[in-house]
Amino acid sequence: MSNIKTLRKSILSGRTTAVSAVEESLKKIKSESDLNCWINIYEKESLEKASEIDEKIKKGENPGKLGGIPIAIKDNMLVKGMKTTNASAMLKDYVSPYTATVVEKLSSEGAVIIGKTNMDEFAMGSSGETSAFGVTRNPVDTERSPGGSSSGSAAAVAAGHVPASLGSDTGGSIRQPAAFCGIVGMKPTYGVVSRYGISPFASSLDQAGPLAATVEDTAAILEVIAGYDRMDSTSIKREVPCYAENIEGSIEGVKIGIPSEYMQEGTETAVRERVLAAAGILEKLGAEIKEISLPLTKYAVSVYYIIAPAEASANLARLDGIKYGLSADSGKDFLSDVTASRTEGFGSEVKRRIMLGTYVLSSGYYEDYYIKAQKARTLIKNEFSEAFKIVDLIFAPTSPTTAFGLGEKTGDILKMYLSDVFTISANLAGIPALNLPVGLDSKNLPVGAQFMGNYLSEELIFRVARALEKEIKSSEKQ
Amino acid sequence: MKNSKYKITIGLEVHAHLKTQTKLFCRCPNRTGAEPNTLICPVCTGQPGTLPVAGEESVLQAVRAALALNCKINKYSVFERKQYFYPDLPKNYQISQYKLPLAENGYIEAGGVKIKIDRVHMEEDAGKLVHRKSETLIDYNRGGAPLIEIVSAPEITSPEQASEYLKKLRQILVYSSVSDCDMEKGSMRCDANLSLNLKESSRLGVKTEVKNMNSFKAVENALSYEARRQEELLLEGKKIDQETRLWDENNNRTAGMRSKEEAHDYRYFPDPDLPPLVVQETVVEEIRKSLPELPASKIERYMGEMGIGEYDARVLCQEKEGAEFFENAYSKLEDKKKGVKKLSSWINTELKGKMNTEGMDFKNIQLDPGSLAELVNLIQSGKISGKMAKDIFEIMWNEKKCPQEIVEKRGLSQISGEDKIEGLCRRAIEENPGLAEKYLTGKEGTIGPLVGFVMKETRGQANPSMVNKKLRQILDGKK
Ligand SMILES: [Zn+2]
Repeated sequence: MSNIKTLRKSILSGRTTAVSAVEESLKKIKSESDLNCWINIYEKESLEKASEIDEKIKKGENPGKLGGIPIAIKDNMLVKGMKTTNASAMLKDYVSPYTATVVEKLSSEGAVIIGKTNMDEFAMGSSGETSAFGVTRNPVDTERSPGGSSSGSAAAVAAGHVPASLGSDTGGSIRQPAAFCGIVGMKPTYGVVSRYGISPFASSLDQAGPLAATVEDTAAILEVIAGYDRMDSTSIKREVPCYAENIEGSIEGVKIGIPSEYMQEGTETAVRERVLAAAGILEKLGAEIKEISLPLTKYAVSVYYIIAPAEASANLARLDGIKYGLSADSGKDFLSDVTASRTEGFGSEVKRRIMLGTYVLSSGYYEDYYIKAQKARTLIKNEFSEAFKIVDLIFAPTSPTTAFGLGEKTGDILKMYLSDVFTISANLAGIPALNLPVGLDSKNLPVGAQFMGNYLSEELIFRVARALEKEIKSSEKQ
Repeated sequence: MKNSKYKITIGLEVHAHLKTQTKLFCRCPNRTGAEPNTLICPVCTGQPGTLPVAGEESVLQAVRAALALNCKINKYSVFERKQYFYPDLPKNYQISQYKLPLAENGYIEAGGVKIKIDRVHMEEDAGKLVHRKSETLIDYNRGGAPLIEIVSAPEITSPEQASEYLKKLRQILVYSSVSDCDMEKGSMRCDANLSLNLKESSRLGVKTEVKNMNSFKAVENALSYEARRQEELLLEGKKIDQETRLWDENNNRTAGMRSKEEAHDYRYFPDPDLPPLVVQETVVEEIRKSLPELPASKIERYMGEMGIGEYDARVLCQEKEGAEFFENAYSKLEDKKKGVKKLSSWINTELKGKMNTEGMDFKNIQLDPGSLAELVNLIQSGKISGKMAKDIFEIMWNEKKCPQEIVEKRGLSQISGEDKIEGLCRRAIEENPGLAEKYLTGKEGTIGPLVGFVMKETRGQANPSMVNKKLRQILDGKK
C-alpha cells in the first residue's frame, strides 16, 4: 500500500477514493490472515466512514488531514461500542463504553480505523507471543517474531495492510517491533500523547505513538494524535508543532552521540555495522558524530522490571470479573471469585508481572525495591540530561539483535527481558525515541537504529531521521 | 473509669464527605438520593484506560476544611494508591494520600482543651453494597465522591471528650460549608483507636480500633464499653490484642473482626496517573480570607462586645444559620445594649422551642430576623407587655406578619397613657369600694385584685406596673 502522502493526494485528486483505499486494505488483510496481526476488523464501519469521506470530498469539504487513510490501532485502545481485548482472555468480550482520545483525534481528521491489531497480552511481552489470540508473524520472515508488544501494529504496516498504525511503548513496544519489521516507529516524549482510553501497562512509562513506512508519515500521524488532554493530568499543555511540515532541512552541525555501551559484544555484529554505516551517512550530511558513554544503561532492565510490574499490578487490579470481563464463579466468597477469574483470565506472563509488582510493593520490600528503583530511575534521567548537554541526539541500535525466531526466547524469560535493554532507558527517562530501518543483516532481516532526543525534541528527531532515511533509500535504489 | 488506675488515650479518624458539584476524580455529580448507578461514568466505575483528574473544587473545599481546622497546608501533596480487593472499590485501589497529605498540624478546642489534629488528607469514597436475599448489588453513585480524612493526635482522654471533639469538628465543618457532616446519613464517619495505660506511666498501651459507630452517642457508648473491656482484661492480668472491633449498637458491645478481614498490606505507592498536587500560597490566603467567622471567635465576640452570657452565646452559635439570624436581628435593635439579652433569650427559648415543636430549623424558617428585633423593640419601649409579645409572636409565626402591623390591626397596643390609666384606676376603686377600704386599713394585698380588675376591663392591654403604681398613688392619697 502506498504511503499516506501519496494516498492522500490520490484521494483528494479523485484518482482513487477512500472506499477503494479501504477495500484494498481489507482485501490485503484477508489474503494475509496467516500473519495473525489482527484481532478485530471493522469492515462495515470502515467502509461507511470511507464513503462519508468520499461524500465530503465530492462536496468540496475538507476531509481532514488523514481523510480516507486506513489506520490500524493496537487492541489496548478503546473505541466505543467495539471490543477492546488487550489480547487477553480476561477481556475477550469486553465492549468499550467510550473512545480513547487518540482514536477521537484520528477519526476527527478523517482517518478510517480499519480494526484492532494483535499484541502481547496487556502489552507485556517483546515478541508478540503472549497474546491469547495466538502469535503474530513477522511479514519479513513468518518463522520469526515481529517483536512486541505492538506486534500486530508493526506487522500490519510492514505487510502493507495499512499505511500506518498506532502502538504503545512502555519499554520499547513500538520501536523494537518497528525494528524487527523494518518500518519507522516513534515513542514520543512522555505526556505528548494522551493516555486516556489506552489500557495501561505501566502508567509512568506508557506512551502511544505511530508506526508507518516512512518518517514523514510517522510525523503526520503524531501531529494528529499529540496534544494536551484534560482527561489526562500527565499530558503536556503545549501547542502541537507541525511535525510533518517542518521535516525537511539541513542537519549540518547537529551533534549526534553514539553510546559505547550500546555497541559492545552483546550487540550483533551486523547490527553494529549497519548503525556505524548509518552514522557515516549522518556525518556525510554534516552532522557531528561523537562517541559518548551512558554507563547506567546496564541498570535499566533491573529498574524497569521493578517499576513497570509495580504499576501494572495496581493497574490490572480492576480486572476482577465483578464489573466486566471474564467472570468465574468459585461457588465461594468474593475473593475466591476474583481469584478464580484472574487465574483463568490472565496468561502466565501477565501473572508473573502481577506477582513481581505485588512483591516489590509489599511492606518490608517497598523501600528495598520500589524506592531504590525510583532513585535509580532519577539517576538514569540525570545521565541523559548530562548527555544532552554535549550532544543534540543519541544514535544507537534499537535492539541488540534482528528479529529472532518464534519460540526462540519463550523458554528463557531473562533473555527475553534483555532484548529490551536498549529501548527501556528512553521510557525511564521519558524522552522521545524513533526507530529507523538502517539496512539488512546477512539473513536479509531489517536492522533498526533509534534516535533518542531531549524532552520535546521530536521535530529535531524527525528532521535528522528524514535526512538519513532519504540518503539510505537513494543508496538502495542505486 | 473515674477511680481507675488506668488512663484512657483515644485518637479519632473522621471521614467527612465534601460538598461539591462533582466527584473528586471525574465530573459526575456528587449527590445522594439518585437512582442506583445513574451518577456514574467510565472513570468512576474503573473501566480500562480511564484516568483520574483531580477536581479543583474538591481541592479548594479540602483546603477550606483544613484551614478551618487550623492546619498548615502543604504546598505539595501526593495522591497514592491504597490497594485492596473489595467489590465496592471499582479499581480495587482507592486513591488517597499517605506520605504527603494535603495538610498537617491543626487543632480543635473541645471542652476547654486544645486537641491536636495530625493531618487532613483527601481521598475518594467507595461505592455502596446493597445486600438482598441471595445476591449483593453494587451502587457506584457514591464511588469517587470526595472525602477528607481528619486524623487527631492520640490526645483525647475520655469518651465524653471524644464526643465533644466530634461535635466541635462537625460544627466547624458545617460552618465552613465544606460538609453536611450527617453521621446518620454517612456523610461523616468516625473510627477510633483506644488504649489504656497506667496513670503514672507515659508508655501507651496496646490499642484497639473501633469501627461502625453511627452517631455521637454511639461513639461515646462504644468507647466507654471498650475502655471498660480493656480495663477488665488488664485487671485480670490479660493482654490486649491489637485488633479491629466493631460496635454492635443493638447489643451494646464491641466485637472483634475476624483477623482475616483486617490483615491488610495496602501496598501504597504514589499514583503515577496524578502529578503532585500543588496548592499555591495565594490560593491558601484567598480561601483563608473567605472563611466565615468560626464559632469560637463568635462566642468570644458575643460575650465581649455584646455582653451576652456564655451559655446564651454558645447556644446562639451552635449553628451558623442561627448565629446569622441572631446577628441580623441584633443589627435592627433600637437599643442594642438593653435589647440584646432579651433578643438572645427570645431566640434561645421562644423561637427554638417553636422550631422544635414544628420540626423546623434555621435553614427553613419563614420568620424574618428583623421582625423579631421589632418585637423586642416594642417590649423594650413598653408598648407591649411580655405576655402580649408571646401572643404577637404566635401570630407572627403563623401569619408571617410584622409585629407593628399585628399590634395596629388588632388594637393590641399597650395602654400606658398617664391619663387613661388614671381614669381606669379611679373607676376600679369606685366599683370595688370594699377592696379599696381594706387597702386603706393596711391590707395592701388587695392591690392585686384591683390591678386584675383593670387588666380584665382592658383585655390585658393596660401596662400592669403603671396600673399598680397609679392605684397606690390614688389610694395612698386618701389615707
Ligand atoms: Zn464518574
